[in-house]
Amino acid sequence: METDKSYCAVKIDKDKCKGCINCMKKCPTEAIRVRNGKATINYDRCVGCGECIRTCTHNAKYATSDSLDLMNDFKYTVALVPPSLLGQFPNVIDPSVISNSMKNIGFDDFYEVARGADLVSALTRKKFEECDRQKPLISTACPVCVELILIRFNDLKDYLIDIMPPLEIAAKIARKRAMKATGLASEDIGVFFISPCPAKVASTHRGFYTENPGVDGVFAMSDICLKLMHISQAEVDITRPIVASNLGVAWATSGGEVSALDGRVLAADGIENVISVLKELESGKLKDIDYVELNACPGGCVGGVFTIENPFVAKSKIHTIRRTSLYNKKNTVDKIEHLDEYLRSLDWETDDVFVLDKDFKKAFVKLRQVEQLLPQLPQLDCGVCGSPSCRAFAEDVVNGIVTIDKCVRQTEENGIDDDLIKKETE
Amino acid sequence: MSQSNSILWSFDVDGKNFDSAGFASQSTKFKLRQLGLNGDIIKRVAIAMYEGEINMVIHAEGGVANVEVDEDKIIITLTDTGKGIADIEQAMREGFSTATEEIRDLGFGAGMGLPNMKKNSDELIIDSAVGKGTKVTMIFAI
Repeated sequence: METDKSYCAVKIDKDKCKGCINCMKKCPTEAIRVRNGKATINYDRCVGCGECIRTCTHNAKYATSDSLDLMNDFKYTVALVPPSLLGQFPNVIDPSVISNSMKNIGFDDFYEVARGADLVSALTRKKFEECDRQKPLISTACPVCVELILIRFNDLKDYLIDIMPPLEIAAKIARKRAMKATGLASEDIGVFFISPCPAKVASTHRGFYTENPGVDGVFAMSDICLKLMHISQAEVDITRPIVASNLGVAWATSGGEVSALDGRVLAADGIENVISVLKELESGKLKDIDYVELNACPGGCVGGVFTIENPFVAKSKIHTIRRTSLYNKKNTVDKIEHLDEYLRSLDWETDDVFVLDKDFKKAFVKLRQVEQLLPQLPQLDCGVCGSPSCRAFAEDVVNGIVTIDKCVRQTEENGIDDDLIKKETE
Repeated sequence: MSQSNSILWSFDVDGKNFDSAGFASQSTKFKLRQLGLNGDIIKRVAIAMYEGEINMVIHAEGGVANVEVDEDKIIITLTDTGKGIADIEQAMREGFSTATEEIRDLGFGAGMGLPNMKKNSDELIIDSAVGKGTKVTMIFAI
């Protein structure tokens, strides 16, 4: 796949957008503004969490994913099945049925992403023993959380673990396996991920973890579920057994990743909770924790916006599957080959998207204006002006994006010193 | 409105509220990032200010944190009306603490607060009177 650094998976349908401020108020990075009656996204700040999609009652926010037609471009196709898919079907509790059903909807084979997860767990345990790095180590599995760290908590980037996420590892192994089984060249094999969230569509297209993602397309889980709805369980041939451990499958839900680890671990899910933990980490308060698992979606990956089942119902289902199915109870990875391919260097690119101006002197004047303007604003954070908070509004005024009269309260009371900005800019 | 050229902001630090301790230093950190200052100075300011906030919560039932930013320095003033420090030299020693058993149980009061503030700031001035309160001034060169 050709990567495109500017790829964004969250879009706005301007025709459907009513200009309400619900999405803007939910955005964890203040990336959304409502101007001229329509929401707009500042993609430099968007981490792809999908909160705006969840919040929008007008269906004006949507997420992009690849077309299933992409499969036709390859001689042989492999579906990367994430454990979160197992929780989507009310009447199916046999994971081998779900995985093998990929062949009924056009794939030639499947590979369990949970096996990639097993490998990551094994590697992480090894890192624990060898590690002389400052702790806690932070998981890199959720691209939203990694991106949030890079733009909003960039001091914490040195805590990110240097291991590729399960998807990237599973993709590499699945491709090699398919090449060996078919004798086909790499370019004839299409490896596709069935994603619970738009963030993984974006991270793959952008080459966020690796320049060469090893995935040829990312499909929305909802698209795949729609296809599977037409397949009855009796039609599915179980030709390949499932081999992941039940610990790998647990990665679908919050707390699953850390359940495979010893030591003092912490798991947070839901973007607000993730932020609260990152704030604790930033203050240096969690020095006694060894490992931190972060999932931007409520409940973990089962809460992604491409899932069709309620996250808590899906969680319950996966819990049942893990208890009753034939999954290995233990992580069976004993020998790790090609170790280097599964590591990711620590050279994450950070971007200070909150800087008021690249020039320090200008930034200084702007911050002073913001601090002087703020006490004059009503502190309601009502959002009617189209900025998510009074502070964000002050920043937008100072940056010349919006004029002071957009503040409803200030216009009513006419109490604002609007000479302030003029004076400073002269 | 201030005629001064510096940027000013301040926070009330709520006493006996460990959960909110850290708010002033976190907000300050964010604002300094908006200026585009380098990571090292922001980190030092955040650590020193956080220690100061915690001290005000533990020992003085809160106080006020003032931040003043010039083009060449950051001045942080932490003012409280708590019990004051009897022997500043002793208080500056690593590991020395007058925190209660309960507070130590919470993981605070290890006697590293003031030493950390000194280590991370370019200048630390402590002005304290027993029974009246303490004013800690930290200066960071930009």
